[in-house]
Amino acid sequence: MSISNNIIEVKNLTKKYKKSDKVAVNNISFSVKVGEFFALLGPNGAGKTTTISILTTTLSKTSGTIKIAGFDSEVESGKVRQNIGVIFQNPSLDLNLTAEENIRFHAILYGLYSFAPSYSLMPVEYKEKIIKLATILEIEKDIFKPVKSFSGGMKRKLEIIRSLMHDPKILFLDEPTSGLDPLSRKNLWKYLEKVRKENKTTIFLTTHYLEEAEQADNVVVVSSGRIIATGSPKKIKDDLIQEYLLVKTNQKNKLETELKNLSLTYETGDYFKIDVEGKNVHKIIKNINTPLTEIKVHIPTLEDAYLEILNRQTQEK
Amino acid sequence: MRNLNAILTIALRDYLKFLRDRGRIIATFIFPLMFIGILGSSLQGSFAADAGYNFLGFVFTGVLGQTLFQSTASGIISLIQDRTSDFSQELFVSPVSRFAIIFGKIFGETLVAMSQGVGVILFAFLIRVPLELSQLLSLVPAFFVSCLLGGAFGLLILANLDSERGANQIFPFVIFPQFFLSGIFAPIKNLPPILDFVSHLAPMRYAVDLVRGLYYQGTPEYAKIVLLPVWQNLLIIGCMFLIMFTVGSALFVRNEKNR
Repeated sequence: MSISNNIIEVKNLTKKYKKSDKVAVNNISFSVKVGEFFALLGPNGAGKTTTISILTTTLSKTSGTIKIAGFDSEVESGKVRQNIGVIFQNPSLDLNLTAEENIRFHAILYGLYSFAPSYSLMPVEYKEKIIKLATILEIEKDIFKPVKSFSGGMKRKLEIIRSLMHDPKILFLDEPTSGLDPLSRKNLWKYLEKVRKENKTTIFLTTHYLEEAEQADNVVVVSSGRIIATGSPKKIKDDLIQEYLLVKTNQKNKLETELKNLSLTYETGDYFKIDVEGKNVHKIIKNINTPLTEIKVHIPTLEDAYLEILNRQTQEK
Repeated sequence: MRNLNAILTIALRDYLKFLRDRGRIIATFIFPLMFIGILGSSLQGSFAADAGYNFLGFVFTGVLGQTLFQSTASGIISLIQDRTSDFSQELFVSPVSRFAIIFGKIFGETLVAMSQGVGVILFAFLIRVPLELSQLLSLVPAFFVSCLLGGAFGLLILANLDSERGANQIFPFVIFPQFFLSGIFAPIKNLPPILDFVSHLAPMRYAVDLVRGLYYQGTPEYAKIVLLPVWQNLLIIGCMFLIMFTVGSALFVRNEKNR
């Protein structure tokens, strides 16, 4: 591995598809540290899947350099492949094979075991692992059934288990929860968090469910192939959106005088919108003597910030 | 070693798919029945006297070589099917040589085609094609070689195609002419010069001739029917395989990655 503790290093990456005159990814650079939870965000068509495909060596780039786990993605693609696990946007399971066969196929492809034509001929160690995995997935009964009969959430979980078989250093997840119902999404994330804690795997996620990226260490927002914001979710939110307090009262004039005396910035309306700007919310409220009928603290979510960034971008254009 | 394991496991997957598909298994036994049972016996009636040899044996060896070649060639369409079903992502993101992946696919379709060949052979026994068991066993390596050649041929044809539909439309065009150019139903010893030239370019010709070379070995008909000695056929098939396999794989992988 390289001297820096970056497990992913992308420099000036550009991709132009053959049949397109637009650039899908336009000169982007970023890096991801070992063990980080990294999220690549952006609207549909922003270049997220293109970027993840290039990083996982399944798509060629037009220019730029990429290092994954210290290996060049083009020259040492074999070594890159050995070090990564990938969950593609569209499930890549063979539906005609059983869950166990799908996992066995993967395990042999990654050199974990020698070829054996049936489950019964596989080593004991493998069988124990399978039983353990089936228990985690709660599919003990169905592990020898074709994947066809599995639900969407189940298939996703099976894919994640499969991609972790060879202990990858980085797990790439391309919109892993798209098409799943809220409960399946929640379960999947619970499982992924467990995986992260136990294996200390670096996670590279693309998603457009913003709340999924809220826990990320670092976020890069792309739009039309360019990076438009980068940093921790907190930093992105702080840079863009202010925290504010909404209060309602029946004695508007009294409150206004009071706010002026306290030298607070505010906007009037149905609600009084008071800027918090790093001040203590509790203190502000304690200083107000006017009776208030309603109090709301607005803490921006990453989604607010994201929408704001995209909004500004379209206005600039 | 890693690549060998990968080839075997990729091949097993395609073979399991065949075993689990009832429709394909039934088709395996219906096509040979049509070819040998109907065509063979009617040809026997009209040509046997002129040809001066058992026509049933001639057609049987032709159909066998052709079936194996063609089944593997069209079986390779599964490479495109994998792409459609997104399974190719799992294949191509794995740390296995691209050549091993594609050879695994050809090997898998070879196993499928060999199983389909069993259908042809069963009917051959039923309609009393002159065939000894020991003779049959000596043909097995030739069957295997025919399949590999067909697989490489199929790969080269579809390397630049991106839809299954496109492949299904093109395959008859490149396979059917070879039925006649390779002399499956009628001898090609005396073809007009142009056809003779084209016939020499048809890979299936060498696969069929290889099977016949072994089948007729040591019989009086050998000189009348067989075109090239076994070793020459093997040499030509070997070269053709290497060229079609490397060029086909390189093109396929390039199209997979350089989009």
